[in-house]
Amino acid sequence: MAKITAGLGTSHVPAIGAAMDHDKTQTPYWKPLFDGYGAARDWLAETDPDVVIVVFNDHASAFSLELIPTFTIGVAPEFQPADEGYGPRQVPVVEGHPRLAWHLAESLILDEFDMTIANEMPVDHGLTVPLSIACGQPKAWPFKVIPLAVNVVQYPPPTGHRCFSLGRAIRRAAESFDEDLKIVIFGTGGMSHQLQGERAGLVNKEFDTAFLDGMTGDVDHLTKLSHTEYLREAGSEGIELVMWLIMRGALADDVTEVYRHYHIPASNTAAGLIVLENQT
Amino acid sequence: MKPKKDYADIPGTYVFDGEHSQKGYPLNMFCMSLNKPENRDAFRADPDAYLAKYPLTDDMIKAIKERDWLGMLRLGGNIYYTFKLAIFDRLTMQAVGGAMSGITEEEFRQMMIDGGRQIDGNRYTSEQQ
Repeated sequence: MAKITAGLGTSHVPAIGAAMDHDKTQTPYWKPLFDGYGAARDWLAETDPDVVIVVFNDHASAFSLELIPTFTIGVAPEFQPADEGYGPRQVPVVEGHPRLAWHLAESLILDEFDMTIANEMPVDHGLTVPLSIACGQPKAWPFKVIPLAVNVVQYPPPTGHRCFSLGRAIRRAAESFDEDLKIVIFGTGGMSHQLQGERAGLVNKEFDTAFLDGMTGDVDHLTKLSHTEYLREAGSEGIELVMWLIMRGALADDVTEVYRHYHIPASNTAAGLIVLENQT
Repeated sequence: MKPKKDYADIPGTYVFDGEHSQKGYPLNMFCMSLNKPENRDAFRADPDAYLAKYPLTDDMIKAIKERDWLGMLRLGGNIYYTFKLAIFDRLTMQAVGGAMSGITEEEFRQMMIDGGRQIDGNRYTSEQQ
């Protein structure tokens, strides 16, 4: 069987990827953020997963308003970095795991999670920036990736509770796979930030700290946060944090916090990272 | 469950719900088209001709041409879409954030370094009256 052993939550701010792509990680602005990523990279290298499921959102790259699927799983052998207006990021092609991805898709649909299935899906900063944060700048990503895209651009996104339940279903589905694989799941986006309107630049450290604490504490409370609470307290784009609950749902009931890092700002955003391992 | 618009009292925030999305569809799809290099070239070469390809309202065309970032949001724009026009202009998210909140890019950048816009006093429109 395949086993999800650990999770990683991280922001996916495009400027973090751009800082790496343009060799700015040691500037005074960026150094404090990147200094905090080393421990997570070491942890992931040591964990050495076969597959990483990356829960992320597309930002009008692969999807537009033409068609707005709530949950999409990528089943392709590879996913190309998307052109977001600057030309595609010069990062390795993302290699998929079609057999496991199809197994997850079929299992989830029969488990009453009506997934959209993608054979073609360029992946934007929502997916590639977390890989850069977690792996640095390798010639090839050191594991296969299953992209799981969540609509959080068109309101309403799925509820936190639905996301958590999907995570649970992903855990069940993985455990019924016929090959021994070690899986890590990433939940990405957030933390508090608002890109739009007169309230642009909003950050709420207290909310973010409580959210990080909740990952190993009162998860039930996190799954009950309403969309309006996210919008009001974490900013209109802070609602991306529902994606972390898919990651959390895919882990064991009891998890250990291995590491956390929190820094303001990364561009217009409060950047957070957490590493969680199942208690055995 | 009937959707509640209990987010309407959040100040300075344009929630991209169905009503907003329906209104802004042509504006957002114009922005979306700028993902393709050939479209960026065509828009750069002749903005009026390019804009004429989309069923935009006069208000939308005016907001696009004036790079009125807040105006675009009010007309149904979504920031991830309108930011594609900012990328076209080589603007940063801080520049656009500053423009929408009435400060310069440098002031916005400094506000973020200082910990971001504070939540206290920014939760409810009633706090700002």
